[in-house]
Amino acid sequence: MQKTSNERKVLIDGSRLITESMARAGADSFIGYPITPANLLYLYASRRMPLMLSAPDEITTLQWMSGLSATGKIPVTATSFPGFALMIESVNMAFMMELPMVIVLVQRLGPATGTATCGAQGDIPLLKGMISGGHQLPVLCTSDFNDCWKLSAKAVHLAVELRTPVVLLTSKEEVMTQKSFSTGVLDAIEPVSRSFYRGKEPYRSYNVERDELVPPFLPVTAGKWQVRLNASTHDKNGILQHSNDEAIGNTVRLERKARETLSGYTFYELDEQEGAGTLLVSYGITASAARDAVKRMREKGKKVSLLVPKTILPAPAIYSEIIGKYKKVVIAEENINAQFADLLFGTRIPSSISIVGSAGRMITPPEILNEEECV
Amino acid sequence: MNGFLKTSQLPYCKGCGHDLIAKKSAEALEKLEYAPLDVIVVTDIGCHGIIDKCLNTHTVHGLHGRSVALGAGISFGIENPGKKVLVFIGDGGSTIGLQHIMEAARLNLNMSVVVHNNMLYGMTGGQTSGLTPRGFCTTTSADGNPFAGYDICELAHTAGAAYSSRIMGVGDISGELTEAFSVEGFSLTEIMEICPSYGVKLNPRRKLAEIVESSGRKTGVWKNERTGFVLEQGKKCNDLMEELKEVENDFPARLKGNLSLVLSGSAGEGIQSAATLLAKAAMRSGCHVTQKGSYPVTVGVGFSTAEVNISTEPINFHGIGVPDVAIITSEDGLTHSKKRIEGMKGGMLFLDDSLDAPSTGAEVIKRDFRSVGARSACLYAVFYFAMHTKLVDTEAIFMTIEESGMAAKMPLDKIKEKIQA
Repeated sequence: MQKTSNERKVLIDGSRLITESMARAGADSFIGYPITPANLLYLYASRRMPLMLSAPDEITTLQWMSGLSATGKIPVTATSFPGFALMIESVNMAFMMELPMVIVLVQRLGPATGTATCGAQGDIPLLKGMISGGHQLPVLCTSDFNDCWKLSAKAVHLAVELRTPVVLLTSKEEVMTQKSFSTGVLDAIEPVSRSFYRGKEPYRSYNVERDELVPPFLPVTAGKWQVRLNASTHDKNGILQHSNDEAIGNTVRLERKARETLSGYTFYELDEQEGAGTLLVSYGITASAARDAVKRMREKGKKVSLLVPKTILPAPAIYSEIIGKYKKVVIAEENINAQFADLLFGTRIPSSISIVGSAGRMITPPEILNEEECV
Repeated sequence: MNGFLKTSQLPYCKGCGHDLIAKKSAEALEKLEYAPLDVIVVTDIGCHGIIDKCLNTHTVHGLHGRSVALGAGISFGIENPGKKVLVFIGDGGSTIGLQHIMEAARLNLNMSVVVHNNMLYGMTGGQTSGLTPRGFCTTTSADGNPFAGYDICELAHTAGAAYSSRIMGVGDISGELTEAFSVEGFSLTEIMEICPSYGVKLNPRRKLAEIVESSGRKTGVWKNERTGFVLEQGKKCNDLMEELKEVENDFPARLKGNLSLVLSGSAGEGIQSAATLLAKAAMRSGCHVTQKGSYPVTVGVGFSTAEVNISTEPINFHGIGVPDVAIITSEDGLTHSKKRIEGMKGGMLFLDDSLDAPSTGAEVIKRDFRSVGARSACLYAVFYFAMHTKLVDTEAIFMTIEESGMAAKMPLDKIKEKIQA
């Protein structure tokens, strides 16, 4: 595989990898509003993205991004919970208008303003419920620097291919920590290939052919066909409707779009050990501790497998299937309410699953797994 | 009806000024010789926003009060000056979206905004808005609004709009709109109306002109002599990876296994940069490293703590509970890291000699780290740690400083003298 450069050892943070990856993948604009711990992304984007604008607040941020996206740009922003909360209505708008964009959500300790300089993994329920009607937009989650590189580019591609906002979920500890890193391990990134509607019939912003789920895109700068974008319930032409069959059909298509294409963006790491009866499941920042925990157990002769989910939403069914194969499962995440287990199993978490959580500090490898738990 | 409207039968109540605004806006666009697909009309929630389906322009229908911000985003993305962004908004939308109007006016973005001011929220039942005049009756101010409304024209003008105007929504207003739509930069036109469903019924016998006059508002035009927004971007970097300096492996390996360090002092005393130098120096000996900072939200006061892991093996988990080595150079740092130091069952604590050592199992090594100046105390301590333990090469730290271009700002001669003594 083609490499980006020769083996170079550098001291680098995840923010730089994410920003460069998205720029190479085709993201061309960044709207920034300061918030810790997402500020490094804003800083790097200010120098790297062809277009960078400083917004006066997070609602404006999403509105400007939506406007840019409507003209054919691929905008990005980075924020943390307090800013993301302000964006949510506008994210719904972008979802409904089907505007490609990427929002990097850097998790920090809540509730409310919580502790801006303390990491956390507390935003899954928010992401699951953020679109009114329970619809889902893709959420990808980084678990190490390689993910910061690969998944960031995937997020840009996915936003364009599915014509949707995409959330790249990460945390303070990933984007603000510097690590020694060899750039030679980074794969080359393909810029997203973008095509606009070229049909002979008048363009209808939300019309799909037969079984397709993603309507072709045409910017509002088009000179040949009229483009209509609409955040309210609308028909295939983008005309506001109360609830006629065509309009509700469009909303149903939005529900189907993210879910029925999920197999194309189901990303996870599965390190199965033959004969292991125990599975460790961890995502995001806690996956680094989980990898160490697995290594320690294996060095002690214990058998254990590891699952690192990277596509968080919609939740792929494969995770439950993998979990179901093991006698004993440990799910570790940096919150105190088992958010990932809740996502998969709701209130009926199987008795084979035990939860390791924490608030206000990183979970350590010894906390995740001890020898007795390896069956 | 003209090329911009599909029909002359617009979906408004009898007597509603929105009908006039839509028709006269279409006439103004035609006078300016725009083609319908040169124009992007951005609307939002409110009666004005139901015009979309009647337009032959591009239409974007967004959230309540956000049409100016959405239109601004479109304006940023348009590279063809022959395109026109026209934003419709109501007085309610102008209230909730006031910041967006101020921002677009401040930047003098290339767009025109028409504020349909019928002095209340018509779509939701006639409630009071931020632009409702004092004394005007609404469903939620049955005895008259006790507060004066915003002067949206004055606000836009003060914020920097090239053109702000207020007109009465009666008669042929296409000339005024043509002038507003031809402005280079940001134009806002407030059109005064009375909502026939609520305003007329709740304010019987009052006339539009009298209401406007009694509220102290005047029709007119207010201008700022400015050129329209031009997107200027500073110098850009083409590759964030390439600009990172490679850290050479040019020193012999010193450490075996792992070492975790906590460096703690006061904000502004160079804790993070000393930690970065230490991490890079360790990399020069072939080690893997991590370095993270921890500090309160206030940037310039309070503690500043850095955590550094150094290992001969790749590092996954970078958290540090109880460290192998603690370097403490101020009272702030000692207070923040005290619990960890008390938890140390071995290892080393490098402590400024002005500080009292807490109860700890670590070997306590006290030196006058702050004698080289508060801003360099941690750097001196890092050098002292390297010299004392020989786990990191002091020369590697010096070389890293030289290469960083920061040497002139640091009392390196003084530090060298100290560690050699």
